[in-house]
Order: sequence, then C-alpha cells, then structure tokens
Amino acid sequence: MFKTIADMHAIREAKKADLMIRLDEKATPTAEGGRMHVLVCAGTGCTSSNSAKIIEHLNDMVHEKGLENEIKIIKTGCFGLCAEGPIMMIYPDHVMYTRVDIEDVDEIFKSHIVGGQVVTRLLAGTDEKHKAHNAMGSMEFFSKQHRIALRNCGAINPECIDEYIAKDGYLALEKALTEMTPAGVIDLVKASGIRGRGGAGFPTGLKWSFAAPQVADQKYVACNADEGDPGAFMDRSILEGDPHSIIEAMAIAGYAIGANQGYVYVRAEYPIAVQRLGLAIEQAKKYGLLGKNILGTGFDFDLEMRLGAGAFVCGEETALMTSVEGHRGEPRPRPPFPAVKGLFGKPTVLNNVETLANIPVIMLKGADWFNSMGTEKSKGTKVFAVGGKINNVGLVEIPMGTTLREIIYDIGGGIPGGKAFKAAQTGGPSGGCIPASHLDTPIDYDSLVAIGSMMGSGGLIVMDEDNCMVDIAKFFLEFTVDESCGKCPPCRIGTKRMLEMLEKICEGKAGPNAIEDLEDLAKAIQASSLCALGQTSPNPVLSTLRYFRDEYVAHVVEKRCPAGVCKNLLTFSILPEKCVGCSACSRKCPVNAISGELKKPFVIDPNKCIKCGVCMDTCKFDAIIKK
Amino acid sequence: MSNVNITIDGINVAVPAGSTILQAAKELGIYIPTLCYLKGINEIGACRICVVEVKGAKALVAACMYPVNEGMEIFTHTPKVMSARRATLELILSNHPANCQTCDRSTNCELQAVANKLGVRDIRFEGETVNATIDAGVSIVRDNNKCILCRRCIAACKNIQTVGVIDAVNRGFKTTIASPFEMPLGETPCVNCGQCIVVCPTGALRERNSVDEVWAAINDPDKYVVVQPAPAVRAGLGEEFGYPIGTPVTGKMATALRRLGFDRVFDTDTGADLTIMEEGTELLHRIKNGGTLPLITSCSPGWIKFCEHQYPEMLDNLSSCKSPHEMFGAVIKSYFAEKEGIDPAKIVTVSVMPCTAKKFEAQRPELGKDGLADVDIVITTREFAQMVKDAGIDFASLEDSDFDNPFGNASGAAVIFGATGGVMEAALRTVADILNGDSAKDVEFEAVRGVDDIKIASVEAGGMTIRAAVAHGLGNARKLLEKVKSGEEELHFIEIMACPGGCVTGGGQPIQPASVRNWIDLREERAKALYSEDKAAFVRKSHENPAITNLYKEYFGEPGSHKAHELLHTHYVARGKYQK
Repeated sequence: MFKTIADMHAIREAKKADLMIRLDEKATPTAEGGRMHVLVCAGTGCTSSNSAKIIEHLNDMVHEKGLENEIKIIKTGCFGLCAEGPIMMIYPDHVMYTRVDIEDVDEIFKSHIVGGQVVTRLLAGTDEKHKAHNAMGSMEFFSKQHRIALRNCGAINPECIDEYIAKDGYLALEKALTEMTPAGVIDLVKASGIRGRGGAGFPTGLKWSFAAPQVADQKYVACNADEGDPGAFMDRSILEGDPHSIIEAMAIAGYAIGANQGYVYVRAEYPIAVQRLGLAIEQAKKYGLLGKNILGTGFDFDLEMRLGAGAFVCGEETALMTSVEGHRGEPRPRPPFPAVKGLFGKPTVLNNVETLANIPVIMLKGADWFNSMGTEKSKGTKVFAVGGKINNVGLVEIPMGTTLREIIYDIGGGIPGGKAFKAAQTGGPSGGCIPASHLDTPIDYDSLVAIGSMMGSGGLIVMDEDNCMVDIAKFFLEFTVDESCGKCPPCRIGTKRMLEMLEKICEGKAGPNAIEDLEDLAKAIQASSLCALGQTSPNPVLSTLRYFRDEYVAHVVEKRCPAGVCKNLLTFSILPEKCVGCSACSRKCPVNAISGELKKPFVIDPNKCIKCGVCMDTCKFDAIIKK
Repeated sequence: MSNVNITIDGINVAVPAGSTILQAAKELGIYIPTLCYLKGINEIGACRICVVEVKGAKALVAACMYPVNEGMEIFTHTPKVMSARRATLELILSNHPANCQTCDRSTNCELQAVANKLGVRDIRFEGETVNATIDAGVSIVRDNNKCILCRRCIAACKNIQTVGVIDAVNRGFKTTIASPFEMPLGETPCVNCGQCIVVCPTGALRERNSVDEVWAAINDPDKYVVVQPAPAVRAGLGEEFGYPIGTPVTGKMATALRRLGFDRVFDTDTGADLTIMEEGTELLHRIKNGGTLPLITSCSPGWIKFCEHQYPEMLDNLSSCKSPHEMFGAVIKSYFAEKEGIDPAKIVTVSVMPCTAKKFEAQRPELGKDGLADVDIVITTREFAQMVKDAGIDFASLEDSDFDNPFGNASGAAVIFGATGGVMEAALRTVADILNGDSAKDVEFEAVRGVDDIKIASVEAGGMTIRAAVAHGLGNARKLLEKVKSGEEELHFIEIMACPGGCVTGGGQPIQPASVRNWIDLREERAKALYSEDKAAFVRKSHENPAITNLYKEYFGEPGSHKAHELLHTHYVARGKYQK
C-alpha cells in the first residue's frame, strides 16, 4: 500500500475529478464520484443534534432505491454554523439545509435528491435574500470569512484520505521533501509571519528555528490539541473535519527541525476527534505517509496520540509535555525552553492545531500570499468560536484585523432580541472583556493585549446589557480556581482568594477597600505565578475593573447590581399600578412569597423571596420589577 | 567552566556560566528568600518566594531555577519584587494555622523564618482554609494542615528514595499531599525513613513523639530504665544546642543522659561491635559454604522494610543479624539482667536514634523474646534534645563522661557505623584480620568512605578478594540491586543505608533548613565528627573491644553460636506493595 509520488499524483487526479461537482455546478460527474453529493455535518455539534441518525437514514434510503452509484452520502466536519445544525449541503446544487430534523429527511430525499425540487422551508439563512441562493459563498455568515485553517471542514470526508489528497493534501509534504531543504522550510514559515494560534502568538518559524540547530539523538514535534478555553472548539473542529492536515503539517515540521517522532496531545473528551485522528494516522501509515522512508525520500516520521484527562493547565506547553511523559500535568519553569529541552528532555517543537492546519497551505501558496492577509504583525486569518449573546453561534475564520463589530454584527448576525452590546470576552479565562468603545478595534494579537485582553485560542463570548460584569469576572475565576494545578501559591491560593473577594462583592458583603485589595492581589498573581495560566488568571478581573469599574463600585458602595444579576443585591417587587391581581405569580411562586386579594395588587414578602424570577417570567402585565 | 558577567542590584559580578540567580546573588551576599528549593532534591521553582526582576523578562522569575546569561541585569528588591513576595507569603499564611507556639517546629520553621525576614506583620487575605485529618503512624505523623505544598517530601520520597508513597492529589486549592488511596502511611510501602520529615520546611511532617513515655518510665520506681544512643546521635546532637555542624558531643551526651535519670547509660556502639562479630562471621560462613551472596547488611530498618516490599526475592541475601540497638537490647534483657540480677520484665530499654524507622522496627514482633521487646521505646535525636531542654539542662556546661560499665566505651569501628560506608569499613577491619590471621595496623578503607552514590571496593585478604559495595539512599540501593540482579556486578558484601549519607543524616536527626543545606553538604560535615572519634579511639576494631570478647567468653561462646542465633539474629517478612 506504500505510495510513491507518482501514485499520489494519480490518486489526486482521479479523486479531484470525482469531487469536481462540489466546486462547479456544471462539472461532469464521474462514474466513481456519482452525480450528487449529500454532505452532512458529522462534527460534535451536529452529531449531538442527531446528524448521525440522519446520515444513517439517508444511506438506508439510497440503498433501498439502489442509488449507491449516483448519490453519495458524505459525512463531513464542521461547517461552522453550529447554532443552525444539523447542516446538510447538497452538490452540485449548492443548496444548504439547516436545522434538519430526522423527520425532514424523507422529504429532502424524495423531493430534492430524487425529484430535484429544493425544500425551501429548510433552506439556510434568516431572510429571503439568503434563501434565494444560499450557497456558502453568498451567505453573509460565510462571505466575510476566509477559510484557510478550516478549508476542508465541511468540504471533505475527514475519514477518507483520498479526499484530502484530492484537495492537494500531502502535496506540501512532497514539496518540502523533494524540493526544499529543512532550512528552506523554516525560512518560508518565518517569512509567512504566522504566529502561534494557541494563545501567546509566538512566531512559528522562529520557534522551529530554535529547535533546528539543537544537536540531539532524538527530537520531537508535538501538537497541542488540548483545547481548554470554555466555548472554544476550533481545534476540535479541525481534528474532526480535516485530521490529515495536522499529520501533514507535523511531518513537515519534523523534516524542518530534524525530528522523526511526533505526539498529538488531545483531550479524551473529544471522542470524535480522537477517533478520526486515529483513523487518519492509520491511513497515513498505510500509504507510507508516516513511518519509514516517506514517499521514497528517505525521511522517517512517526506519530502517536496521547490522550489528556481534561486539565486546562495541560494546554500550557510544559505541563502538556509533563503529562505526555506520564506525570501529573504541571508546568515547569522556563528556561530551559522546549526547543532546547522539551519532551523527555529532548528538543521539541510544540504547535497548536490551528497553527499546524495553516502550514500545508503556506507551503503551497507561499509566504507572500499568506502575509498579504492580516495586519502588520499578525498575518493570515484566525478562527473564532463565537458564543454567548449572539445569533449565529458557531465557528468563523476571519482575516486578522477584522473588527469586533464585523464579527458580531455582520458575521454573527447581531445580538438576539435587539439588546445592547455590553462587552466581548476574548481569550477565555485568560483573556479580558472588551467594551463597546473598542468595537471598531481591528483584532490582532497585539491590539487585543493593548486593550487588556488577549487572542487566546480564539474564544469570543458576547455579552449584552443583561450581563453583570462582576458576575462575569466571578464566572471566569470559578473556572480558573477549578483548573489551577496547585503547584504555585499565587495561583493556587491567590485565585481562590480573588474568587472569595468577588463572591463577597456580589453578595454585598465587601468592605470599603475591597476593590483596591482585589486589584493588588490580581497584580501580584500576574507578576509572580509560575505559568501563563496563573499569570493571566487575573485578566478577567483586571479588564472588567478597567472598563466597568463603576459596576464594582455600585456593588461595593451602593450594594446594588446594575444589571440585576447578583441575587443578594436584588429585590423583586410588584408595581401596584400595573398589577391586575390575577394571582398567576402567586400560584407559580415556589416559596409562597406572594400574597394578595384577587383583582387587587399583590405583594412580595422580601423575607420569603428567593429571587428565582419565576414571578417575573409569569406576569403578563410587566408588573414585576427587580432592582 | 567560563564566567559570565552580570549585574545584581547594580553591582557587577562574574559568576560561573550555568549558575542560577540564587547562587550568583549569594556571591554578593544578597539574601534571596526561598521556600520550596532544596539543592539537589527539590528544584521546581514552585513557591515563587524567590522571585526577582530580570530586565527584559515579562514576569518575575524564580531565582532558584533561572540561569544567568552574559549581561543579565537582575533586581532583587524592587517594589514589584517585594510586594509580590509579600503577597505570596501572605497567601500561604492565609491558609496556614497560626499556632506557632505549640508547633513542633516553632523557631525552626522555614515559613516562620521567611515571614520574619520579609517583615510580614499583617495578613491581608482570608478565606477558606485547609481542614485535614492528621495521619499518625508508628514512626511518622503527617499534618496536612501545616503543609505549604513545597513538594520537598515528594521529591525525597519519590526521586531520592524511589519509595514514592506520597504525591500531590487534586487540583488548585484542593491540592494536598496524599498517600495512595488516602491510606494511612503506615499501611503503604512507606519505609519510615523520615527523609520527608527532615526536608519539610514546616511542621507538616514530624516523628511520632515518645518523650512522655520515656519520662513515665524514668519516673516509675518499679522500672529499671537503660538507655543507648546510636553512633550518629553524637554527630548531630550538638546542633540542637548551638554547636557547629559536625561537632562530636559524645561525652556531654553521656552526661546528659545520666542527668535525665536513666538508670544505666550504655552505647549502641557496643551493639555495633557485636553486629560486626556476628555479621563478619556470617559473611565468612556464607563465602566458605556457598551461602547466598552477596550478603547485605541489616542495620538500617528503612532499608529492611524497603527490601521486604520492593525486593522480597532478595530477603535471603539479608544478613540475619538484628540491627545493633536491637542486638544490644536483647543483651541488656538477658546477659546484663542475669549479671545484675534484675528481672528483665522490669527493664525498659530506650534507644536514642537518628532514625524514625527504628520506631517501627522496635515494634516488630520478631524482635523480642518471651513477650518482652528487645527495645521498648525509641526516641530520635530531636526528641532527646527536647528532653534535655525540658529538664532545664544547660548542655554546653556539661562535663564529659564515659558510658557505664560493664560495657563502657566501644571501638572506633563502631562509631563510624553512623556514616555511609562505616559498617562496611568496620566489617572489613575485622574480616581482613580474621582472614589474614593477624592484626593490621592500617585500618582505614578510604574507598568505602564519602558521599558518592555507590562505592565499590575490592579488598585482598587471606588470599582471596572480597568484592564489597556501599549504597546510601534507597534510590542508589535500587540502582545497585538492579546491577546485582542483572549480573553486572558480582559482589560478596553490600552495605545499604536507607538514608542518603547514612545515619548521620537520618530522618531522626536535627533538622537543618534549606538556607543551610543549600550551601553545605550535611552528610560530609556530620560524618567528619565520627571519623575524628574513630581516629582518636584507643580500640579501632570491633573484635578487639574487650567488652565484646568478654561477652562471648562469659555468655555467647562464639559468634554464630546457638545462643547468639537465639538472641542476636532475626528473620524477615515478604510484604506485598499494597495489601488491601
């Protein structure tokens, strides 16, 4: 099964022809490829809304009708429009169906797949303009994106190595091995300007160039797939949707630095990613794209997976390596840096999934192509996992330098219910909250740091007027307290004390110096923690203090939560002028705190009220307020 | 190695390349506080107390780990550094009980010392505190409430001793040091060596205190209380009373014991000489009769338990000799009791040991006769010092005195038992004389001295070559045993001491803080005290100790006799690693 370069070219050409109908409506279908491709998202999001059953059902029907040669049912990775899943895309018609229910499948099959009639009620998009023609290219959600890292997600079957090869897969590896020196590869990556997509944004080419000259009997390439930011799932999606791109990139990195062994550290909570990557590694080994004498060039490179048990800190490079080595995942001080002394004490390059996904494209299209996108110091694109108070929850890939406003309002479809934007949180628990005044800041590594946040792995959580920023800071601190590894006291005890301070503030029990003490502690933790997790853990506190200090003051001084979130600071009451005395609230109240005479204004007993808000949801007359 | 030029707090200095900032600062007399760092044992940069500012670095760096580079500019007491250190310390103190007055380590606590040096007078932070149950075993007591998670104990247990019965569990604020499955340490393969105790900066680890039992025995008119201090005790005890490290205090020690009210003050060195007679005979017997070789010493109870757990297949290699104080305990309750006409049931034998494993050893059912334990109570050097302080004795003003008759003072060979290689050297002195049939003048075997991990020597005697090896610290012991098992080393005789350095740096010895241990080798300094006593000794070979020859003449007949076997030898138990 070992493939030569000529074999690879033959596979590529044949499969390209089969896939042509996905690119060109007028392409001639091949006998092998069939006349219609029905792509169904089999990423984690759509799988959890039943897409596996949909695929199974479609296959059954194709089989029943004996249409196996004509209609190909293809499972793909994530399209990014996760809120609208399950997603189905039909080629060559370029029709996207969203929120496909298992009950809709028969109709789609009968009407569209067999009958050629589009099922308009299931078309993607929220308005008629979209529905008229909803190919990926023309939907606003997709049209402002530039999918490089996600290029194959939703476009190919991740479990089929030939489809990856058809999309010029493993061509970059061939190019590196046959046309370039290791130094040439590093120079190209350096010239592209790509920086690490995992958080800190360290220049990838520079990292490789540190490891390359190290003299050692063994070097390693490691991939950080321990995606831990709450809400971020781009790495998972890439592994689920395009696992071969990571394998190819790691082999290229191995060639560049002189390593012949790689490890992918992926969290065990990503079962689909683990399964697909495992399958892809097997396939690559069968084709001789991993192992000895790759493509007959004499280059050896092998790859293994290591499953992480789900500790956030294991995304930190030294903790990750400690975990791969079989120890409790805890960071260690640097220097020595991994490039000098990494995995098992050997020179190691560690790159994030999204970074690696960019590498084959950079190799093929060149540094100039890549660095023409983005800002002065942040080149290319970045994938964001957009969530929170936003219409199009999902995954978007945009050129660096896109503004928050474009992401939230154009691509993300704005905030539900027409509520006012309050802040966007980027960088997960290590990042900060960005206020409305910075909505037009072009986003890149450095601009985010300048405004007190960070890129992180690209989580982006949108908050509206109903969010209390002290509560938000508390939320992120709860996460950090849970995830601190416990090695150094500033993080182990400091984050706990910060959380306790925030709890007091939210409960209205904080003393007059609470804000200053909190700020002092935050700065001390930032300055003295052992690893980046600890050093950045105060960011949610510091950034909300920077932009929303008035909310803290309201909590501490006035014992008031302006957003009406912090229960201890709230009072529910009934406006007598609005109350019609229908008793609906009193019947729903779980603690019998509401009483009154029918057809006369009711009252809430504040001593009994548990501030659950059920009365407010129940009242049809807007007679209940909280303040 | 070449030097690099750096500046610390504006002062230029050239230091060897590869130095840490901590080492470089020491050159300039700049004190950088540390808590978790313990040279050669725990170098993990965890506690963040030693942070300093390095020009160009984003965050503060740990001086204990950070290597210096040419042109580096370091600042050790900027406002940023000082406030960070103080905040970290206050955070640690906010989760540490403030009951210093009643703590075992009061005035010898590294946390207390650092708080004092940094001038922390107020703790700004408060909140939830750890609430741990105390694990009190036969030898070791663990109080996680006082633990600051420096991880030194883990490093000592896992890396140095390769025992690994404690490690960090849980995350973040809930992190604690735990035994496997939270079992009491005594039910794990813990060997009770106490190396965790002597590296602990606070009172989170300590020995089980038996001082009250000793006082009770002394104050009981029906009891005849006999005490024996181990060789290494005299090399460390002085530190408890302000003497420089490595000062031998044998004579004052004997006087102090007598002042405390013990009825007889003997010396475990006598037991050590007896051990050489028995073990030397056993070695020669095994060599001559094709017995199991290599013979491995059995003086160190930490090593014995380690062997029982980790190398049960090698129990036959162990010498059947009881350890010196146990042998001597058996002699006191038999020969001595008969000779003095005392009912052995009324005798209480107390051992003062540099060791916590001896507490466990003394409770072994096989170490006794007719329901009477050979040794009744074991106290450590530290507990002994506490008794001296309890009794209001001004140690420094004590006169020197000898040990009591009928055993008196022992040989120089016995006194070096307390240092790694000492038992081997003592044995070689006697075995070589027996094989050569004469009395050698040259008694020093330099090849087995010193703190190298494993020492191997070939000794020519009586026409044969004895291949001998010495390992100290159980990690080194493991390395040596693996070589023996693989056939890489063919040996006749091995000395193994559980503690790195041997008994002088045992788990029951005075605790020296990292601020001392980071700059001197305690093992070498304390050993000096013993080798100087040996050099000055009138008798330097066990078989030439008149008390010993007399003991055989009057009681045992000859080494390895039936009676000797009955009283001076023991057997071992193969133990699983985890029995539950």
